[in-house]
Amino acid sequence: MEDSKAGSRQQGGVDRRSVLKLGIAGAAGGMMAAGVPGMAHAADDKKPVGNYPAGVSGDSVFVGLPLDLTGPYSAEGADERKGYELAIEQINSGAEEIKKISPLTKKGVLGKTVKFGVADAETKPNTAVQAASRFIHDNKAMMISGSVSSAVAIALQKVCDREKTIYLAAISGSNETTGTDCQRYGFRLCHFAYSASKAIAPVLAKSLGKDRKAVYLVPDYTYGHTTYDSMVEFTEKQGWKTVGEQVHPLGAKDYSSYLINIANSGADTLVVVAYGADAANSIKQAKQFGILDKMSLVVPYMAPFLGEEVGPEIMQGVYGATGFWWTLQDKYPIAKDFVTAFEKKYGGKPHDSAYIAYLQTALWADACERAGTFYPPDVIKAYEKGEKRQGPVGEVYFRAEDHQGIINFPIVRGKKPADMKSKEDLFDIVEVVNGADVVPELGVLGCKLGSYV
Amino acid sequence: MPSMSLFLSQLFNGLATGLLLALISTGLTIIYGTLGVVNFAHGALFVVGAYAGYTAYSLTDSFMLAIAAGALTSLVVGLIIERGLMRMYYGRPPEDQILVTFGIGIILVEIVRSIYGGVSLSVSTPEWGQGIAHIGSLIYPLYRLQALGFAAATLLILYYLLYRTSLGLIVRAGIEDSQMVNVLGINVKRTFLLVFGIGAMAAGYAGVIDSPIVTLAPDMGNRILVDSFVVVVIGGVGSFPGAIIGGIIAGEILSLTSMFNPAYSDVMLFIVMALVLIFRPQGLMGQEGRE
Repeated sequence: MEDSKAGSRQQGGVDRRSVLKLGIAGAAGGMMAAGVPGMAHAADDKKPVGNYPAGVSGDSVFVGLPLDLTGPYSAEGADERKGYELAIEQINSGAEEIKKISPLTKKGVLGKTVKFGVADAETKPNTAVQAASRFIHDNKAMMISGSVSSAVAIALQKVCDREKTIYLAAISGSNETTGTDCQRYGFRLCHFAYSASKAIAPVLAKSLGKDRKAVYLVPDYTYGHTTYDSMVEFTEKQGWKTVGEQVHPLGAKDYSSYLINIANSGADTLVVVAYGADAANSIKQAKQFGILDKMSLVVPYMAPFLGEEVGPEIMQGVYGATGFWWTLQDKYPIAKDFVTAFEKKYGGKPHDSAYIAYLQTALWADACERAGTFYPPDVIKAYEKGEKRQGPVGEVYFRAEDHQGIINFPIVRGKKPADMKSKEDLFDIVEVVNGADVVPELGVLGCKLGSYV
Repeated sequence: MPSMSLFLSQLFNGLATGLLLALISTGLTIIYGTLGVVNFAHGALFVVGAYAGYTAYSLTDSFMLAIAAGALTSLVVGLIIERGLMRMYYGRPPEDQILVTFGIGIILVEIVRSIYGGVSLSVSTPEWGQGIAHIGSLIYPLYRLQALGFAAATLLILYYLLYRTSLGLIVRAGIEDSQMVNVLGINVKRTFLLVFGIGAMAAGYAGVIDSPIVTLAPDMGNRILVDSFVVVVIGGVGSFPGAIIGGIIAGEILSLTSMFNPAYSDVMLFIVMALVLIFRPQGLMGQEGRE
C-alpha cells in the first residue's frame, strides 16, 4: 500500500511538470541522461553497469513503471498497473502462483523485496522518457516497464538501453519495437502487428471468404503503419484486395470525414487498426454512418476493453487478435490462477493489458533468479538463453536475436448478446495461436542489437 | 480525383462538423470574449458536462434531462471555480490565468476519471435521433443533423444574451473599466461570476449534445480544447459570428483535405490557423486591439 501511495505522488508530480516542460522534454531527458552519478564500489568483480550495483546494495530492488494513465490509451494503462501490482505482491510473498511461472522464486527477487513507483507517461514519448529517467536516477531503478503506445515503448527502450537499465514493454503492437528499433536492453513479450496479422488472416479468409475488399482506419504512428503493412501483406496472400487506408491522428474525436471516404471506397470489409479509446470512438461512429450494416468489421489488434466499450450488439461476429481473454482459464490452469487472484484483488476480470504486465514481471523475476544476479548483462543473457516457461497461455520464452517473446495468444470472435452467460462473457475463443508459428523469421524486421555494456 | 458525389458529401460534412465545432467552442468564446480570460479548463468542463449528462441519461432515460443535468453541473462547477479562484486572477497576467485554468482542468479530469474510470463509455442516441438520413447520395446519421439544430439555436440565444441585452453591455463595460462600472452602482463582480458560469455551462451543454456522437473518455477534453482554440483563432477571438465562421472553415478543411489525404487534415488545419495568425492576428471577424 505504501508503495502505491508513493507512486501516486510521483504520478502527480510528473503530470504537472511534464505539462510545463513538454517542449524541452527531449533536451531535459538528454541532460539527465548525461549525469549518471558515480557508481558505488562494485560488490563483486563485475564493473558497475547502469544502476548495478548501487541499485541493489540494500534489501530491496526498485522497479519504475511509467504507464499511460492518461490519454487515449488510459484504460489499458490503468489495467497494466493492476497487473504489475499483483505480480509484485505475489513475488514478494513468494506465492505459489508465481512459482509456477518462475520456479526458482522464493520470496522477492534474489531475496530482495521488490519496490515500485508509478508515473503517468500520458501516452506521450517525451513524458515517458522523463519519468523513466527520474526512476533510473532518483530511485536507482533496476528495471523499467510499461507501455500501451508503441511510440512510448520505443522511446523508453532507447533511453533504457542508453542507461543500461532493463526495459520490458507491456503492450506494443508495432513491428519496429523488436524490429528496426530493437535494443539490447529491451524485451517485448506480447503479440504484435506481424504475428497478429499472420495469425488472423487465414481465420478471416475462412470465415469471411477470400474475395474481400478491405479498407483500413489507421492511427498515424508506428503501430498503425506497421499493422497496416502486415495486414495488407497477409490478407493479400489470402486473396483479399486493399482498396484504401484512412490515416487519423492519435486521439481523434470526430471520424466523420474518414467514414464518408470509407463508405465511398467500394470496400466490403472495414479493418479498424485504431486502438483504445480511438477504436471505441471510431467504431461507434461507423455504426452511426450505417457502414457496419454494409461492411464486415475486423479488428486485428484488438484493444482489451473494446468489447465492453462498444457493446456486444456491435461486436457480435467481429474477429480480433488479443493477448488474453479470461475464459482461457477453462483450458489453462495457470490462467485460472491468474484470473482468480486478479478477481480476488480487484473484483473484476483481468484483460490483456493486466495479463501482459503480470507475465512480464513474473518472467523478469525468473530471468534474475536464473542469472543469480541483478548484473544487467547477466540478466539479459539469462533471457537470451530462451529457457521455456509456462505462462497463463502455455509455453513462453524470448528469442535471443531480437528479444521478441514467443507467446501464444487467442483469436476471438464477439458473441451474440443472446449467447452471453454474463456481461463479461463477450468473446468466443476461435483458436489459440501457437506463438512460434507466427513470429517473423529472424532478420525480416531488421533488428540489430547493441552491446551489453 | 474524388467523385462529385464524394465531394458534395464531404462539403456537407464539413458544414455539419463545422457547426458542431462552433458549438463546442462557444464556452471558450464567451469567457475570453467578455472576461478576457483564456480558459484552459474549457475541455475539462466539456468532459464534466458530458459525464454528468451520461449519469442523468442512464438514471432517467431522458435525453432532455441529461442536457439539463450536464449544463447545470458545469454551471455549478464554473461558479465555484470563479468564486474560489478565478476572481483573484482577473487582474493578473494572462500566463497566470492560463496556468491556473490548466491546473483546474487537470483536477476536473482526474476527478471524472476517479469516478468513472478510464474505459470509454457510450451514450446511446436518443430515440428520436436514431436512424440514418439519406440526402442525395449522402448517408448521414440523423442525430448529427439534429445536433446542428441544437448548435444553431444555442449560438443564437447566447449571442442575444451577451450582445443584445444590458447584461452583455455591463460585462463588456466592466472589462474596460470595472472601477467606473462599480461607481455607477452595478455589482461587476456578480456579473463576472454570471458570465463565467454561462461560459462553463455552454461547455458542459456542448458535452452532452456531443455525447451520442462520440464515446466518452476522460481525456476527450484535450482534443476539444485544441479544436476550440483553432476555431476561435481563425474566426476571431470573442466574436460569435467569428466562432461560427471559424467552425465552418475548420470543418471544411478537415473534410475536404481528407478526400485527398486524410493524414494531412490536421496539418492543413494548423497551416490555415498559422496563416490567419500571421496575416490577420485578430482573426477573420475579430476586432483589432481587443485585449
